[in-house]
Amino acid sequence: MKPKIAFFDFASCEGCQLQVVNLEAEMLDVVGAVDIVQFREAMTEKSDDYAIAFVEGSITREKDIPRLKKIREQAAILVALGACATIGGVNCLKNFQPLDEVRKYVYGDKADWYETFPARPIDAVVPVDYYIHGCPIHKDELLKVVKSLLLGKKPEIPTYPICVECKRAGNVCVFELGSTCLGPVTRAGCGAWCPTHRDNCAGCRGLVPDPNTNAEKEVLKKYGLTVDQAVGQFRIFLGYAEVAK
Amino acid sequence: MKNININVDHVTRVEGHGNIVVNVKEGKIEECKWEVVEAPRFFEAFVRGRSYLELAHITSRICGICSIGHTLCSLQATEAALGVKISEQTRLLRRILIQGENLQSHVLHAYFLAAPDFVGAPSVFPLVKTHPEVVVRALRMKKLANDLCDVFGGRTVHPITPTVNGFTKLPGIKEIKAIRQRLAEAVPDLEATLELFKTLKIPDFKRETEYISLKSKEEYALYDGVIASTDAGTTPVENYRSWTNEYLVPHSTAKYTKHVRDTYMVGALARFNNNHDQLSPQAKKAAEELGLQAPCYNPFMITVAQVVEAVHAVFEIIRLIDEVLDKGLKEEDRRILLKGGKGVGAVDVPRGILFHDYTYDKNGICLEANCIIPTNQNHANIQKDMEALLPQILDRPQEKIRLSLEMLVRAYDPCISCSTHLLQVKFV
Repeated sequence: MKPKIAFFDFASCEGCQLQVVNLEAEMLDVVGAVDIVQFREAMTEKSDDYAIAFVEGSITREKDIPRLKKIREQAAILVALGACATIGGVNCLKNFQPLDEVRKYVYGDKADWYETFPARPIDAVVPVDYYIHGCPIHKDELLKVVKSLLLGKKPEIPTYPICVECKRAGNVCVFELGSTCLGPVTRAGCGAWCPTHRDNCAGCRGLVPDPNTNAEKEVLKKYGLTVDQAVGQFRIFLGYAEVAK
Repeated sequence: MKNININVDHVTRVEGHGNIVVNVKEGKIEECKWEVVEAPRFFEAFVRGRSYLELAHITSRICGICSIGHTLCSLQATEAALGVKISEQTRLLRRILIQGENLQSHVLHAYFLAAPDFVGAPSVFPLVKTHPEVVVRALRMKKLANDLCDVFGGRTVHPITPTVNGFTKLPGIKEIKAIRQRLAEAVPDLEATLELFKTLKIPDFKRETEYISLKSKEEYALYDGVIASTDAGTTPVENYRSWTNEYLVPHSTAKYTKHVRDTYMVGALARFNNNHDQLSPQAKKAAEELGLQAPCYNPFMITVAQVVEAVHAVFEIIRLIDEVLDKGLKEEDRRILLKGGKGVGAVDVPRGILFHDYTYDKNGICLEANCIIPTNQNHANIQKDMEALLPQILDRPQEKIRLSLEMLVRAYDPCISCSTHLLQVKFV
């Protein structure tokens, strides 16, 4: 029997679900191998009988919690889809400002109408089985994870830093271009997407496990930076980790 | 007299979360409401304190579908604030990117989100079995647009290379030529698309409103120009606040807007109504074949206007690419003199006119931010359209009413993450 798959989203831009649709030709193969039972962005038909749930987005308000817990109860396998779900992502930037003030800035004297609490990744609320990192997720990695799940295998996600992929790609180091880069401390798997386009890595895939031993510290040292200093310069995606530390 | 209870909790096949609530008692409409229930994300607050170099990357994350539009609008606002004048080369490449996003987004909406309603399918997935050639064609066209955006922006969803005063990396000439070849070969797909959309029966409904878009002397405006209205002429983009007049309503996490009338429309139909004279000859012919004539007051025709714009995009991109190939590309000095200031950007993105407005301190740190999103500007118009449409279709079975209202909302191609960021139908 084909596995039943469902897609859900919380606070996010829905760009990672768009990446699923952007698989294009490969999407037809995936659609042939699975039974998609719920995907609001793309379909009207829906069923709550699913085995694998892909969840995009951060948890940002009280009423998100019971909804996520219900998904967790139903799904045998829960996969966090993209940076908002895996590490909190851009939504966590608001956590660094008083939330009352944040609400007032956007909604003025009607601020009380809009419920919000500090943004968090989904594993701050329920256990997550697998992570597809990135902002946005990379199509190749998405396919790799889906294939592993269909074969009943544990998906292999890199534990080494972006620098490894960047060097393999033969890129000029972003530090050499005069910028600061989180490649030395960020989990690989995107093929050094941004540095290959001469932009710095901003850490959207999260830190490598145990950055103090796994980071490419010699790269940082050469440019006079410690792990903490490098991370401190970039809060776009890593805000949640910075505070949780 | 009949009772109708519709409660579409989270309208499907739209980007984001919105509801339709309809309550009719003994033939009398008691409630007819469009609700936006997306979780608010507070971008305008949390970009404060961030560097001018990060703003485009952060605000791109407002929306995955129109991330190129947000990126370009953000860069325009930053450049206006910091007094940066971009080169003709940068402007040319950005115009290709915004046309590429328009093509990508319109193909996705017309084929995958809107078309299933016309063939009685709940989504595109059953069509893979029943209409494989249509799905494969749609995917081929979408892939072409995505590959084009990859070449010119490094990535379609959240582009990498567009930055303040230029690009971190220019597209390769070989890749540009390959895309140009594929665009030229896509003409039969465009013709087949026109044949398909000619056969769809567009609901007959009219409600005249104000139509607002960008306008430019030079071209069918997407990337830059002045603000234009069918009711009020034109005004510079810096005056956007007095033309949008944002306000809040208790049943919606998105903001609403109004100008001359209670509501106005933005997006492909608004652009068509304002700027149809400037479409390419092929797009004008497509409009004629599809029965789209300006001024058009039928919101269900938005999807048709998108198809016309998709045709325009292909020929316009070919024209712009030829300009690139003719002039060649050169690395440019992107350095700027940092100073403080305030600036407004305006780009007509797939769902309509978008504004970003930033204030920076002398070190390029963002002090104030305001973003006005196309779908926000359409919410009130959707509400008024629903109120006008419902009495005309009250004699139909409840399921048909529900479908018509959903189709109306879907025609706007709402991008709800953006607008709070909206869609579901509730018949209560």
